Amino acid sequence: MPSRTPIRAGFLALALALLTLFGASPARAADDSVRIILAQLRDADFDGKTELIEKLVTLDHPRIATILKALSDSRLYYQEEGDRMVIGLGDGAEIAIEDAVSGATLGQVGKRDLDRITANNRLRSLIEDRLASLGLASADPRQRKAAVEAFLRNPDPASAERLRARLAVETETDIKDLLMMALALADLASDDATVRAKAATALGGRLQTEIRGPLARMAAEDGDPAAKEAARIALARTEFRMQMLGWAETLFFGLSLGSVLILAAIGLAVTFGVMGVINMAHGELMMLGAYTTWLVQQWLPVNWSLPVAVPLAFLVAALVGIAIERGIIRFLYGRPLETLLATFGVSLILQQAVRSIFSPLNRSVATPDWMSGTILLGPLEVTLNRLVIVGFCIAVFALLWLALQRTRLGLEVRAVAQNRAMARAMGVRSARVDALTFGLGSGIAGVAGVALSQLTNVGPNLGQSYIVDSFMVVVFGGVGNLWGTMVAGLSLGVANKLLEPWSGAVLAKILVLVFLILFIQKRPRGLFPQRGRAAEV
Amino acid sequence: MKKTMPKFLPWLAAGALTLVTTLAHAADTIKVGVLHSLSGTMAISETTLKDTVLMLIDEQNKKGGLLGKKLEAVVVDPASNWPLFAEKARELLQKEKVAVVFGCWTSVSRKSVLPVFEELNGILFYPVQYEGEESSKNVFYTGAAPNQQAIPAVDYLMKDLGVKRWVLAGTDYVYPRTTNKILEAYLKAKGVKDEDIMINYTPFGHSDWQSIVANIKKFGSAGKKTAVVSTINGDANVPFYKELGNQGVSAKDIPVVAFSVGEEELSGIDTKPLVGHLAAWNYFMSIKNKANDAFIKDWHAFIKNPKRVTNDPMEAHYIGFNMWVKAVEKAKTTDPDKVIDAMIGIEFPNLTGGVAKMLPNHHLTKPVFIGEIQADGQFDVVWKTKDLVPGDAWSDFLPGSKDIIADWADPKIKCGNYNTVTKTCSGQNYK
Amino acid sequence: MPLPRWLFSDRAGLVLLAVLAIIGVGVPVLNLLVPPDNPLHLTAYTVTLIGKYLCYALLAVAVDLVWGYMGILSLGHAAFFALGGYCFGMYLMRQIGTRGVYGDPMLPDFMVFLNWKALPWYWHGFDMFWFAALMVLVVPGLLAFVFGWFAFRSRVSGVYLSIITQALTYALMLAFFRNEMGFGGNNGLTDFKDVLGFPLHADGTRIVLFALSALALAGGYLACRWLVSTRMGRVLVAIRDSEDRARFLGYRVERVKALVFTFSAALAGVAGALYVPQVGIINPGEFAPLNSIEAVIWVAVGGRGTLVGAVVGAVLVNYAKTWLTGALPEVWLFALGGLFVAVTLLLPYGLIGLLRRREATT
Repeated sequence: MPSRTPIRAGFLALALALLTLFGASPARAADDSVRIILAQLRDADFDGKTELIEKLVTLDHPRIATILKALSDSRLYYQEEGDRMVIGLGDGAEIAIEDAVSGATLGQVGKRDLDRITANNRLRSLIEDRLASLGLASADPRQRKAAVEAFLRNPDPASAERLRARLAVETETDIKDLLMMALALADLASDDATVRAKAATALGGRLQTEIRGPLARMAAEDGDPAAKEAARIALARTEFRMQMLGWAETLFFGLSLGSVLILAAIGLAVTFGVMGVINMAHGELMMLGAYTTWLVQQWLPVNWSLPVAVPLAFLVAALVGIAIERGIIRFLYGRPLETLLATFGVSLILQQAVRSIFSPLNRSVATPDWMSGTILLGPLEVTLNRLVIVGFCIAVFALLWLALQRTRLGLEVRAVAQNRAMARAMGVRSARVDALTFGLGSGIAGVAGVALSQLTNVGPNLGQSYIVDSFMVVVFGGVGNLWGTMVAGLSLGVANKLLEPWSGAVLAKILVLVFLILFIQKRPRGLFPQRGRAAEV
Repeated sequence: MKKTMPKFLPWLAAGALTLVTTLAHAADTIKVGVLHSLSGTMAISETTLKDTVLMLIDEQNKKGGLLGKKLEAVVVDPASNWPLFAEKARELLQKEKVAVVFGCWTSVSRKSVLPVFEELNGILFYPVQYEGEESSKNVFYTGAAPNQQAIPAVDYLMKDLGVKRWVLAGTDYVYPRTTNKILEAYLKAKGVKDEDIMINYTPFGHSDWQSIVANIKKFGSAGKKTAVVSTINGDANVPFYKELGNQGVSAKDIPVVAFSVGEEELSGIDTKPLVGHLAAWNYFMSIKNKANDAFIKDWHAFIKNPKRVTNDPMEAHYIGFNMWVKAVEKAKTTDPDKVIDAMIGIEFPNLTGGVAKMLPNHHLTKPVFIGEIQADGQFDVVWKTKDLVPGDAWSDFLPGSKDIIADWADPKIKCGNYNTVTKTCSGQNYK
Repeated sequence: MPLPRWLFSDRAGLVLLAVLAIIGVGVPVLNLLVPPDNPLHLTAYTVTLIGKYLCYALLAVAVDLVWGYMGILSLGHAAFFALGGYCFGMYLMRQIGTRGVYGDPMLPDFMVFLNWKALPWYWHGFDMFWFAALMVLVVPGLLAFVFGWFAFRSRVSGVYLSIITQALTYALMLAFFRNEMGFGGNNGLTDFKDVLGFPLHADGTRIVLFALSALALAGGYLACRWLVSTRMGRVLVAIRDSEDRARFLGYRVERVKALVFTFSAALAGVAGALYVPQVGIINPGEFAPLNSIEAVIWVAVGGRGTLVGAVVGAVLVNYAKTWLTGALPEVWLFALGGLFVAVTLLLPYGLIGLLRRREATT
């Protein structure tokens, strides 16, 4: 293969001018120079690729951004048949391709017939930065913001002037703010100590991750005492705010863990608390809910799947629950310990059934776009999926509470729970109520499963990892008391998260368990003991 | 009376004949034990390996078996229960009299069966990457030792990505503990300071990663390039990666290199937020090679599902099984002692190119690949070692095992833990 | 010598003791004296398997004592079993001495590669057999006593008690999984060499351990049978049937309960201690809540409140498990689950109850 010497930009411009003079299309020439670089991309190692990308961005060609994006997304291929670079569109074994340089569509090919041009993380960040810095003058504020953020990651003094120019004309306040911060960050490297000190003061109290390193370095090693002091104060302000934020974050983590515990336990609070049935298959009902979510996602687009999965999971789990109640539990009323054993058998059967039907492998449940990423609650950045689950937990709790307090069925459920014989005497069909109550508790377990599918593995063991915790929550809160379950779940979640940074995850859990054991010894009926006759069963 | 005799005599003869043929038939197979959990927590990973061995046996039988006999699989289920592993191993060796066993995944299951294999002089092929610090006469370790996975991966991060700060996150059991000990010593030897290393252990199946990921984020914001070296086990990975994705930690900011996440684990994860994170293995399904393509094709045909993936431990069984076949052919018997001796030095081509060789310490030479996770759940190789790396049973970076070597070929040593300083061999007191 | 009345009237118990005697003598004979090629020969595999069943049976007897006679459904007995096992396992670990892979005279292998410099204080003394044997009784017993004393004094009962015993074993499991605890973490204790100088993998040692298990089971059974036939045994049943009434009659219910709970835990500890050298490993998995529930199921299958039933249930269920995990691995959990359901629904008094009913009708 003849060696291809790199074409310098200047040379290229000259060549272009010449080509134009001689009547050849300038676009063709630009195409060719891109093709030449792309061809080298194929055999280059990652260092070589870095150089080639730097060269590509200097070229003026409309497809550069598309090509780089494709490389970054691992969609740039070399097609041996036709000896050309192509961009793949879509997923699957057969994909549509288009020519990388001209953009002409080239039909469908099998993926195994294409050689992917690999990118690594370093290349991806490089491409992202280069693409972003191209966007500083963009009309789209999001691209401008991305450009400044790219600068923050790689503060390069050469671009500082461009930022300063942009600051003069920028209208969006948050981008302006970001620009000022970026410039201050650049000023930290200034030779003038007063400029450095001023920049440090301006940065103090900011929370962006990029500023802590440079500030800390300056606070430790700056030669000028005033600048050093300014950096120290700025760093202290930043760290104080971070600490505060850290507490808020821990609290949120606790709330979100708590809401998961509540979701897992609340169905149990119904079956165990109201009916006195120890349902060891509760975890497996959650598992059924999670598998329902997976099934729904096989048919519906991910973004729509959850709203459909919630009622379906409720239905599936409720039906299985009713079947368990009619088939097994109704013969065991008044013998809570026996229900424990029988439902434990059911849980083994359900686990193995899932294993036989869906294979023992975990199933991949995707997270919808509207649940991915983070959102700012004031200065606190929280993950959206956790926030949604906290909200979901509140909604489920409210609905359940309404169902028990405001509906006919709820009234009957409470009546049977308080005094079965009296309720029957008043004309309540207790057998029907039992079945429906158990169905309700099971259905809620299924709904909890939908939420869990967004957090953890969907596999045959899903239920087992939550069953001990859920029982703890119910017992701690006081059996038969929904509010107790809520308070117990939240406080256990928060306690766990408060302990965790200090003791580590495992020890935190052990400590919480030991606390629970001691607590039950002290108050055998939980936080909010049930009063009245029902308590004496 | 006399007249009736000839009537049933042929029947008797026929009966005797059937009996003889069934006996002969029973003696005509070589039994191969499969000791992988088919239920319980480890079923997720191990069921695939059981199927792999069955496929390999099937193929060998199609080629005419071994030493003129058919191979017969004996599958038992130790149900992810460690004492049960020992019991089932004894059942395979003593009751079923298998010639060889392919099995185990977790370290504890291997530790549990080890005394049984040594006592009854069986042969075990162990296909999973593990912590090292072991070399038994009766076990062949076809997975990676730490120097064939962890150390090359760290080298890559240090040299190619310029990583300066390290989070060593693992599940709290032997493999992560030992690997992290080795890595810590290795990093310090390379000049990494104490405050630039963060070590974190979590229990099995840990599902709430919020605080830990937030900590990693904070640790990574100190201005130096940070990476996570993850020895997090199976089930805990999904919530871990989900949390990383949700808290906006992308592979570009803080890459995670995992030693226990392969194609099979990824098939249970929504891979979108994982793209760009890394894994180090000795095999990737995506590597293009004729042998690999054929293996994948056979696997899909055998399992009757074109979507199933292949992974590193499957290749380990593939190599181990074929080496055993070669060793038996070389020794012309399945007698354990002769096969064990014949095993050393046996070579067999890897699925990804190069030739694996069984070393005197019962470990293999292996290529090491670093792959980046792609959106389709496969890995793109971004780096590989130039040569094959010989497996090191005893790490050079642990104070306790620096001076220990394993050599089952040298007649002067013949020991799995020979101390080169005191010139003694401790343990292994089975004859 | 005439049999005491409490034993004489217990026909099923006598059958059990006779069977144990036959096994205790027969198995060693078939293993040691019958040549290996004889079809009657019992392999070491079978011997350890039966030995394991016997240990489980002893655990089941311990569970039955508190559940069948005192009405406490303990979902934490596996914890006592495991603690006994760990105590004896620690002794076996110390016996390895310099024969570990690193050859350290004091530290077990797992401590060496975790860079531990010295033996933690709670490992001291376990190099002496008598101390370890004592601890096998004391550690589970003490835990049970402290736990039971507080729980019974605050009148935690029924379902609540079941759930906190489950929390207890779960917390212990998590704790033992931690490598910092110094019990070998997930791998637990393994690679034992010998006990009292006898190599563990020798046939003779195995047989002695087996015979000891049979003896322990017989002894445990007799002790429980005697206990329930005494005045205290009557009080136990009274507590089971109506705790408040027993209290009003002036019995110190919590003392009786704590005492019997402690005894039962120590019994479980002995079972665990015999189990460990026979299976060759003890690890935190033994604390799993599932194990405790399984033990309860053995009792339920055999028939609670009969003691003999516990033994029968433990042996039958475990035999089924051994057989099914070998023959039809996929079916095992279906079968076990189905058994749980069927027994609670159809056989509230277990297999022994079924036999008794048949006896009563014929």
